[in-house]
Amino acid sequence: MNTRLSHLRALEAESIHIIREVAAEFARPVMLYSIGKDSSVMLRLAQKAFYPGRIPFPLLHVDTSYKFPEMIEFRDSYPRQIGAELIVHSNREALAAGANPFRLGTQKCCALLKTKALLDALAAGRFDAAFGGARRDEEKSRAKERIFSFRDSLGQWDPKNQRPELWNLYNGRVDPGESIRVFPLSNWTELDVWHYIHVENIPIVPLYYARPRPMVVRGDLLIPAGNGFPLLPGEQPQPVMSRMRSLGCTYCTGAIRSEADTVPKIIAELIGFRRSERENRVIDHDQEGSMEAKKREGYF
Amino acid sequence: MDIENFLARDQQKQLLRFSTAGSVDDGKSTLIGRLLYDSKALFEDHLAAVRRSPVNRASGPIDFSLITDGLKAEREQGITIDVAYRYFSTPTRKFIIADTPGHEQYTRNMATGASTADLAVILIDARNGVLAQSCRHAYIAALLGIRHIAVAVNKMDLQGYAQEVFERIRTEFAGFLERIGVREAVFIPMSALEGDNVVQRSTRMPWYAGPSLLEYLETVPLEPVTEGAGLRFAVQYVLRPGQTFRGYAGQVLSGSLRPGDEVLALPSGRTSRVKQIVTYDGNLDEAAPPMSIAVCLEDEIDVSRGDMLVPPAQLPHVSRRFEASLVWMHSDPLAPGRAYLLKHTTQQVTATIRRVVHRVEVDTLEKIASDRLELNQIGAVEVETNRPVFFDPYRDCRATGAFILIDPLSNATVAAGMIAERPRQQARPALDELRGIEFKASRVTPAERFARAGHFPAVVWLTARRELAYQVEARLFAEGCQVHVLSEDVESQIVPELAQLLSEAGLIAIVSTTSFDAEGRAHTRELVGAERFVEFPPRALPASDERAAALVRDELERRGIIRGSGRLMEGEGI
Repeated sequence: MNTRLSHLRALEAESIHIIREVAAEFARPVMLYSIGKDSSVMLRLAQKAFYPGRIPFPLLHVDTSYKFPEMIEFRDSYPRQIGAELIVHSNREALAAGANPFRLGTQKCCALLKTKALLDALAAGRFDAAFGGARRDEEKSRAKERIFSFRDSLGQWDPKNQRPELWNLYNGRVDPGESIRVFPLSNWTELDVWHYIHVENIPIVPLYYARPRPMVVRGDLLIPAGNGFPLLPGEQPQPVMSRMRSLGCTYCTGAIRSEADTVPKIIAELIGFRRSERENRVIDHDQEGSMEAKKREGYF
Repeated sequence: MDIENFLARDQQKQLLRFSTAGSVDDGKSTLIGRLLYDSKALFEDHLAAVRRSPVNRASGPIDFSLITDGLKAEREQGITIDVAYRYFSTPTRKFIIADTPGHEQYTRNMATGASTADLAVILIDARNGVLAQSCRHAYIAALLGIRHIAVAVNKMDLQGYAQEVFERIRTEFAGFLERIGVREAVFIPMSALEGDNVVQRSTRMPWYAGPSLLEYLETVPLEPVTEGAGLRFAVQYVLRPGQTFRGYAGQVLSGSLRPGDEVLALPSGRTSRVKQIVTYDGNLDEAAPPMSIAVCLEDEIDVSRGDMLVPPAQLPHVSRRFEASLVWMHSDPLAPGRAYLLKHTTQQVTATIRRVVHRVEVDTLEKIASDRLELNQIGAVEVETNRPVFFDPYRDCRATGAFILIDPLSNATVAAGMIAERPRQQARPALDELRGIEFKASRVTPAERFARAGHFPAVVWLTARRELAYQVEARLFAEGCQVHVLSEDVESQIVPELAQLLSEAGLIAIVSTTSFDAEGRAHTRELVGAERFVEFPPRALPASDERAAALVRDELERRGIIRGSGRLMEGEGI
């Protein structure tokens, strides 16, 4: 073999190596499962890492209760189908107190239903390593994220004090209570993820495919109607050929107008119009550097 | 565009990882921003966010440098303080940039970025010429094993695009690169701000006929990652989903692997053959770096995480002591004698630095005597580990020559190490320690020793057969021989002298070495004499230790070193 692996196979090999290192070195790893396309790829890589065995750690979904029904349906069927164990965790206390983004604003809502719920779930499971599907190309503050990212006993990230990371020698040493967030997809781009889904035929939530869907059209934003989304006076949901570019909570995930109903068409669209995928996420726009602030507190 | 066509082509693209290094003012961030922008990789909304930013250092419409500066603190201070990874692709290749800071105190980040890179882009500000920092960047890139260096002589627009400015810098820096052993370097005159020779060739420097930076990145030949060491497969994880399946999961680090290949497991020294190479996508006929696979062997030999599968005829070095270059990365200085954790391939051992050999003053390449290393200093050290590690010199194989040191108390990664070539023939301080225990003044003759022992002295050389060594010892001892094993834990540099010593004392010495050490073997044969030196060609001994032990014993009898066991039993001996 005198040629190099193609870039997708090279990325795959690197990710599998990372996943195996975690399974070998940590007592209680867990894989954060967000149901999105990146999670789907991560899950496939985990299957590959331990084939013909099963994935030796559970998946964890932090359920804000504001996810799309299609996501929940997918979550409850696909992992079971491949024999993976799934844990679902919600911040019930906050939900009982009526936490939602309209009342609290997206920052506070995320802090309670995502960040706090996640930290609680990690503590409850005494997990010492948590895989996340984040990629460095997603957002500026993530470009400097390590593959093994240290979190103190409060789950916090200190961007000024990161462990240097050389070669493929990852330092996973933690004291009790501390943990490592692991990002096996660090070096993947959005295009790589879609391309891999295509060549591997990986099942994804149907919301990614374009279809006529009832939408609230507000300025440039397309907001999925229903799910209890409050309408402004005079607003009327209308069917729009559209799809989700990334999956979050119903209120905070905008859709895009699209005709792409297959993976190759999605890729064609992606190459064609070059807009960053988080653009339709309301949370990143809250304030300059808002993702970095969330990450410091323990958000993925 | 036909998307299926595009995808088929895109799938064949290779990945090139490169690092960039430059000082704060060299315009590095501008260069990368320009590369991303001009190669159409920049997302429109990212650009819009940059336009909105209150801090805009450039005079032009877009400050490209803001695209790459990630963290808030950096944005406020206006300096890049950590390694940032950037991604872009062109129709021919996919690129990962490790964008590393150029400021002096951040050497550790530069080493980090260089550790995974195939190529380094070094920026030189045409106004300032070659600075100490330029040399430092090149030195670290070379130290970390980067083979290709592109020197971007930037800000040519501020020097009137003058050829003599470029040539002066090229002559000076090429001299330095030669001194540090860099053979492949290209020099490109450039203005990142104006876009000259970044993606498009410049029309403002007709005297330059070479490629633009992107053209170079797209065409520089990439060596296959199969490095010079032969197969190296470090076991990461043992897969045992049922009673019948046992697979060793790991990444091929070097060489290649096929079903049927004979492999030797370190440290046990047991050999077996590859039964199958298992992946989710089906069994493979061949595996090569950097594939992540699972290997099943024909025989049930005990292999666990940290063990390494290698070819019996191409063993790595196996030792508890080696010399290495170290980049110190922590504010607590290196403390010789202190215990650190050393992570190497998939192994973790305890290590101490026995001594700092010297420190390298990177700007001048001067070797300075020193007994410590501080943050961002680079030096040569002697390392001792509590268990043997299996390694190749970093120059031959990055994956088996690299290690990190971890402070066991703070858990911080404190250093990156690159194992040096083994300097066997030079300093051999261990020999001094053996002085005085030779037999030159002894009044007991070899004949008398033979009469007492009932056999001649000999040295039996066994490679990678630890269990066999001890079985031979037990067997010969049971026959009344005086026999002793020199195990692989003995420092390999003094094995020849120790073997000689034992044989002069009249013993049969069995050297059990895990390393394919032709030089040590030849030296031992020379010291004890060919007639007393017993070795076996590779594969001459059966896999069964019991049968091999019988064969070794018979060979000793055939060579007249020991007597036939029958005669001993009749009481005619001794």
